[in-house]
Amino acid sequence: MSTTAPTAQAVTPDTLHAARLPRWTSPLVAIGSAAAAVGIGLAAGLHSRVQWGLIAAVLFVIASYVLATAVEGRRQAKDRFATSMIWVTFLLAVIPLASLIWETVERGSKVFSPYFLSHSMGVVADQDPGGGINHAIIGTLQQVALASLIAVPIGLLTAIYLVEYGRGKLAKAVTFFVDVMTGIPSIVAGLFVLSFWILILGFDFSGWAGAMALSILMMPVVVRSTEEMLKLVPNELREASLALGVPKWRTILKVVLPTAIGGITTGVMLAVARIAGETAPVLLLVWVNPFINTNPFDGAQGSLPLYIYQQYAAGSEASYDRAWAAALALIGFIMILNLVARGIARWKAPKTGR
Amino acid sequence: MAKRIDVSGLSAYYGSHKAIDDISMTVEPRSVTAFIGPSGCGKSTFLRTLNRMHEVTPGGRVEGKVLLDGDDLYASGIDPVNVRRTVGMVFQRPNPFPTMSIFDNVAAGLRLNGSYKKSELNEIVEKSLKGANLWNEVKDRLNKPGSGLSGGQQQRLCIARAIAVEPQVLLMDEPCSALDPISTLAIEDLIGELKERFTIVIVTHNMQQAARVSDRTAFFNLAAVGQPGKLIEIDETERIFSNPSVQATEDYISGRFG
Repeated sequence: MSTTAPTAQAVTPDTLHAARLPRWTSPLVAIGSAAAAVGIGLAAGLHSRVQWGLIAAVLFVIASYVLATAVEGRRQAKDRFATSMIWVTFLLAVIPLASLIWETVERGSKVFSPYFLSHSMGVVADQDPGGGINHAIIGTLQQVALASLIAVPIGLLTAIYLVEYGRGKLAKAVTFFVDVMTGIPSIVAGLFVLSFWILILGFDFSGWAGAMALSILMMPVVVRSTEEMLKLVPNELREASLALGVPKWRTILKVVLPTAIGGITTGVMLAVARIAGETAPVLLLVWVNPFINTNPFDGAQGSLPLYIYQQYAAGSEASYDRAWAAALALIGFIMILNLVARGIARWKAPKTGR
Repeated sequence: MAKRIDVSGLSAYYGSHKAIDDISMTVEPRSVTAFIGPSGCGKSTFLRTLNRMHEVTPGGRVEGKVLLDGDDLYASGIDPVNVRRTVGMVFQRPNPFPTMSIFDNVAAGLRLNGSYKKSELNEIVEKSLKGANLWNEVKDRLNKPGSGLSGGQQQRLCIARAIAVEPQVLLMDEPCSALDPISTLAIEDLIGELKERFTIVIVTHNMQQAARVSDRTAFFNLAAVGQPGKLIEIDETERIFSNPSVQATEDYISGRFG
């Protein structure tokens, strides 16, 4: 008894009060360390802004920790350390993204116009100004739509099989191959379709050939995201439906899928976004075509990723501008898709209102 | 409407684990039968074998016979979907479908099983909600989501959903364990009314509840953890609670257990 009493006293604090740094400490420390970093950078003659930023980040983390140790104690200091590390890494992650979007908008907006969207490169040489991406937009939209048409139904059904029916060896094998497919490099998917469709079966380059390769890349993404979403549907809902005497297939169709539809849509849209920017399969299978070709089953087509690559490779002032504007269009396309997915997810999400 | 259940020599397994062993009993039509017993003794598992929900669990399988007015539920050629239409179930946690409105929740069992006219549906939904004592509370917001109701209302919604398909037997797996005393009372009153039309089997941890609502009570127990659960005895509720024939039952009911 006498040995345990002192420890208990040491653990229990005498008071509930503890010294706290005021709320404005963190912003102040951030500003202070930024200023100090500028000072150090100027004094040491460091030219790179990256170095300034890193110095500021390190100063911020150290200063927060030291200050908190001095005033608030070690537990709070650890908390401050973790929080400031999260802020620093967050900024490190956001800076490239923001600068990428900024750069694309700034350079891309030079020639980005309705004219640019509605004209092709048919009669414009790569070195000359003018022309547009109409043929590439049509190509990319058709190729992505065809790829989704193949990959989404197969992916959805595979995921439903894995979550609702899959037991034993077959399910394990399917899961394994989906994992393997996730790791297939896009160039390999392109080479596979190239050797099979074009070299062995002897078909011509076409949007359809590209779409087949893209669907190979898209399928595992759809399966994986749908699988996760279906697993999130509570088992109680399935049981409630089965206990009403609803057959399993109707339970899946009317209860499980509607509950998960928001997440599934988001997953599908992300998969679409992933393949919309693929260049390698398009280069191997669709080839390039400066003219508008609205038939994806016949002959070479344009596409946005390849257009960007080609214009950048052409190396003239006008083609650089076109490359950036096309990149802007591609980012815009994917962003619109994501917004649509968000909208559908919110609209279809399980209702909670009273 | 109500049917009689005869169980003989029933054992249920999860994979290789035997959860309940050799249970035989009779459940009378138009009566309430309560299952009591300590946690893990197989009450819920046994309940789920009565409408073939046990086999929905991966690895779940059953040996023995369950006769519903003479038809063996586990005979070959029996469709589990038809069994579940005949033997409805209410679960421990209220589980309304989150994507559906109150109306659609009640109509779900009918709609998902065939096509009904709108007027027919309206009639059945109103009747079921009235049957579940919920009509007055929700009649002005039938199109609002079912998940917006309180826990007790959600559970009564689930009961309305279960009785809307007009089952012969209603199984209730601790329907009040997540509810406050007032909602519990509402559901107990409801059970009293429903037994005029249905055969009701209820699992409960609340001995007073078993004494209040049931006509017959079955006591389940297990020899040790990991051993299968067994039916110790089943008798008139009054007898079980006043003068049970097995000592273990009396120990459990009087709180002297273990």
